[in-house]
Amino acid sequence: MAKAKKTAAKKSSKSTKAPAGKRRGKGGPATTDRITDLAQTVVAQAGKGTDPFVDIPIRALSNVDFNRKTRYIEMGDKSQRRNFFNFGQAKRFMQTMLVASKCKDNIERNKTSSIRGIFYQAKHSIKGTKEKTFDTQEECDPVLEDLEVALDSLREELHVYASSRGAMIGELTFVDSGDTIDATRLGSGGYAIPSIVEPSVIQFKKCNAKFVLHVEKDTVWRRFVEDRFWEKHKCILTHGNGQPPRGVRRLLHRMHNELKLPVMVLMDNDPWGYYIYSVIKQGSINLAFESGRMAVPDAKFIGVSSFDYERFGLSDDVKIDLDSNDIKRAKQIMEYPWFAGKKEWEKEIRKMAKNGFKMEVEAMASKHLSFVTEEYTPAKLKDKKSWLD
Amino acid sequence: MDDATAPSATQATFEFPAEPAAPAPENIRMPQSAKARSKPTQGKKKAAKASGPASAETMAAQQREISVAEFFARNRHLLGFDNKRKALLTSVKEAVDNALDACEEAGVLPEIHLEIRQLSEDRFRMICRDNGPGIVKQQIPNIFGKLLYGSKFHRLKMSRGQQGIGISAAGMYGLLTTGKPVSIVSKTGAKKPAHHYKLAIDTKKNKPDIIEDREVEVPWERGTEIEIEMVAGFNRGRQSVFEYIDQTAIANPHAAFTFKGPTGELMEYPRATEELPRETREIKPHPHGIELGVLMKMLKETRATQVGAFLQQDFSRVSSSVAGQICQKAGITARTWVNTVDPQTAEKLYQALQDTRLRAPSTDCLAPIGAEAILSGLLKGIKAEFYTASTRPPTVYRGNPFQIEVGVAFGGDLGGSSSSDDDDNGSVGKKAKDEPAAARVIRFANRVPLLYQQSACSTYKSVIETKWNNYGLSQARGAIPQAPVVILIHMASVWVPFTSESKEAIADYDEIRKEIKLAIAECGRRLGIYLRRKKRRAHFSQRRDVFHKYIDEVVEACRAMATFNKDEFRRSLVSLAEQATAHADIEFDEHGNMIQPKEQAERTLEHTVIVDREGEPPAGQLGLFATESADTNGGRKKKRAKAAKGKTKKAKSARKR
Repeated sequence: MAKAKKTAAKKSSKSTKAPAGKRRGKGGPATTDRITDLAQTVVAQAGKGTDPFVDIPIRALSNVDFNRKTRYIEMGDKSQRRNFFNFGQAKRFMQTMLVASKCKDNIERNKTSSIRGIFYQAKHSIKGTKEKTFDTQEECDPVLEDLEVALDSLREELHVYASSRGAMIGELTFVDSGDTIDATRLGSGGYAIPSIVEPSVIQFKKCNAKFVLHVEKDTVWRRFVEDRFWEKHKCILTHGNGQPPRGVRRLLHRMHNELKLPVMVLMDNDPWGYYIYSVIKQGSINLAFESGRMAVPDAKFIGVSSFDYERFGLSDDVKIDLDSNDIKRAKQIMEYPWFAGKKEWEKEIRKMAKNGFKMEVEAMASKHLSFVTEEYTPAKLKDKKSWLD
Repeated sequence: MDDATAPSATQATFEFPAEPAAPAPENIRMPQSAKARSKPTQGKKKAAKASGPASAETMAAQQREISVAEFFARNRHLLGFDNKRKALLTSVKEAVDNALDACEEAGVLPEIHLEIRQLSEDRFRMICRDNGPGIVKQQIPNIFGKLLYGSKFHRLKMSRGQQGIGISAAGMYGLLTTGKPVSIVSKTGAKKPAHHYKLAIDTKKNKPDIIEDREVEVPWERGTEIEIEMVAGFNRGRQSVFEYIDQTAIANPHAAFTFKGPTGELMEYPRATEELPRETREIKPHPHGIELGVLMKMLKETRATQVGAFLQQDFSRVSSSVAGQICQKAGITARTWVNTVDPQTAEKLYQALQDTRLRAPSTDCLAPIGAEAILSGLLKGIKAEFYTASTRPPTVYRGNPFQIEVGVAFGGDLGGSSSSDDDDNGSVGKKAKDEPAAARVIRFANRVPLLYQQSACSTYKSVIETKWNNYGLSQARGAIPQAPVVILIHMASVWVPFTSESKEAIADYDEIRKEIKLAIAECGRRLGIYLRRKKRRAHFSQRRDVFHKYIDEVVEACRAMATFNKDEFRRSLVSLAEQATAHADIEFDEHGNMIQPKEQAERTLEHTVIVDREGEPPAGQLGLFATESADTNGGRKKKRAKAAKGKTKKAKSARKR
């Protein structure tokens, strides 16, 4: 239940927000109290004859700011009022209350549920109708995220975990839920990074690594593991299976801050790769309220760069044509405040557009299977100038 | 009428129209009379073939007058006897129309007994009896045995019959197809004897042929009974005698009908009002809209000697000062002798008549059904949820005053109800609801239902030309609206312009169509208002349902999170839901207006009745058919509709709230 501290205090703009009214800080009310407050406020509103509502901070690009000082994305002040007696919002309001009550129930029983578990806990037929409170999990997940921001509580504080995605292997020994794990002795499968990696669960013990190398996907990670890259280069290897889940990002953040390890990122050469890198570095729009405890502003992008095609003399076989979506996405990315104004990035993205193709990390196998671990990555790691910030 | 004379100019060499069911024409007179008569030689008359081209002289030998009766005997389709089923319907129609006219003219509340007996597969006997004034003995043969004989043609007065063809034509048809003469019994008073005639029409001479003439005893006091045997067909549904009687009852709520069908079923249509339609006055033509030829004919025939007097006496709405103005405009004086008016002057006079502003024709020559009577007729005959009616002020076409009335019934049992709260209906009802029903047009001319030639009728064209989409009904271009709606259109006039002698469709004069469309628009607007209000109400009640559905969920969820008084919380939520959806509570008053708690003024819907979705005619509505509707529908469901009578709205709303 330990609360992670937000390094940068958010402006307490959510005056109308049901509970405490202040951004979570040390000594704030416990999550259960905040949930109780939420319900009490609704009851009081109804009692006064006003349409009950919950104010929910907006999780969208329009409500995030890039803080140039801290170098990560912060959530803005805008919130959206969710009223019960509004035809379009009534069901959402009911769902919000329902999920909140289930979270409180779980906390009180000291059980942790997956987001899918919450969906099933909250799903039932509404009395006297054939209508279900929730039809799909897709309906339930955003409600939970709304609740996180509205209650200013982390997901783990609500006793909810996401499905684990991502793995780790390398020069680190740590304790997970009381079990000591030597990450150098994990075979080929590695350690599956759980969604909750708070110090209450995971404590670092011994670290021989000089840096962390985060790769985009499982397939690339496996190549590195098979070639025992972590052993040769004294590092920790992680992947997040595409856009990394909270656990992976939180773990990267902790390793960077607590173990003082630089974080190197190896992504595909395409707009999605760029974006995933930016999520690791600056945080995501959707979870902007958690950037402070997840972002790694010092992370470096080591590849694959659009210039690498020529630099490493790659063959035509690696090229994948850009489609209209890629171009659109690339333009969007260039306009994000955390990319805008970075000359090197501008060059990089323009180069990709000029190339007219994208490349996957796996494409390096067209040279030879271990080209990426034996030649490409070591070369990139050495050449600091080729890194993108 | 021109039709009757026009063919006389052509060579009479028709073939007799083949009628499979009809006996050969030669047989016609066989059973009827022992009197020696010259056999009809029509059909083979001019067998003398000229071998060469005809000369004026040989042609002259063939040129001769044709009797009207003879003409119609051959062209019976012009009178509505084109097929067996239609023949029966037309005969019924002519008999009933005459009976109603006679009763009304005599100031008697009509009571009409109609019976159709099936004698063999395609042979029927129609018997129609009224309680009218009866007919004096001498006139019986002329009225029933002569075409174009009657009281109605030579006057401008609103009546069902116009030309004096109908019933004689029916008799003639019977005679032609069965050889049986028409049988008439008439009695003019309780103490007067009843005369029984059997008549045939001498088609060549257009003269009655009296076959039997005697006094009889009858069990009724006064009235006329006509019996015609004919080759005919009997059907049900559209364009049937049933439909005709149904619609006649709608348009004539002051009349009582009984109808005994060929299978012995007895249908009764009780009188819905004791009030006779206002007695109409005969009028002179109105100067606006008459034609130059008519004016010249009138000038020739007038009894007045001076133009001023002629204008005043032979036209309506022309006073002596107006006559002076007209004469001045025409460049003559009121003293000008009528016989000095030459065609040029007549034309000037005609122009002057058209250019002078005149009062609209007097309305006492017209007896509209009336919006309220139309409403009661619709309520009685059609189960809908919304009824409205509108009577236009009288106006003129071709110098003939006329008046248009429209009634509209929507929804209810007509199907396709747009209300979403019909969940308690069975699946059968649901199915009917989903099928888009086409609108039905019910047409009347002087209270007579028009069942044939719908698409040729001005009324139908007006319905098509109306933009129903504006009133919330769907309509394809150039079609009638696809909606559960019945549109009743009545034209009352001293002279209804039919497209043919069978009186099936109203001719499409611009003035008439314009009036019909205006009347439809008036009803349409009210329907539109009703539909919009209803939609809004349904919308809000749907919202309330949504809120109510979630209230318990929210209460339970909050209860799991905090401690508070559950019932109080639920109550406050329920009351908030009521507030948020206040529109759903709106009820309609007797005018179809929302009853608003705060006395906010809303536009009144005149002559409109709204019934709850059961579509019951509300009991006691308009004080009409109170007894039978209460009996048949009693105890089914409480009624929400209110009478269309103007009770004060305040009183109503006070009671409701």
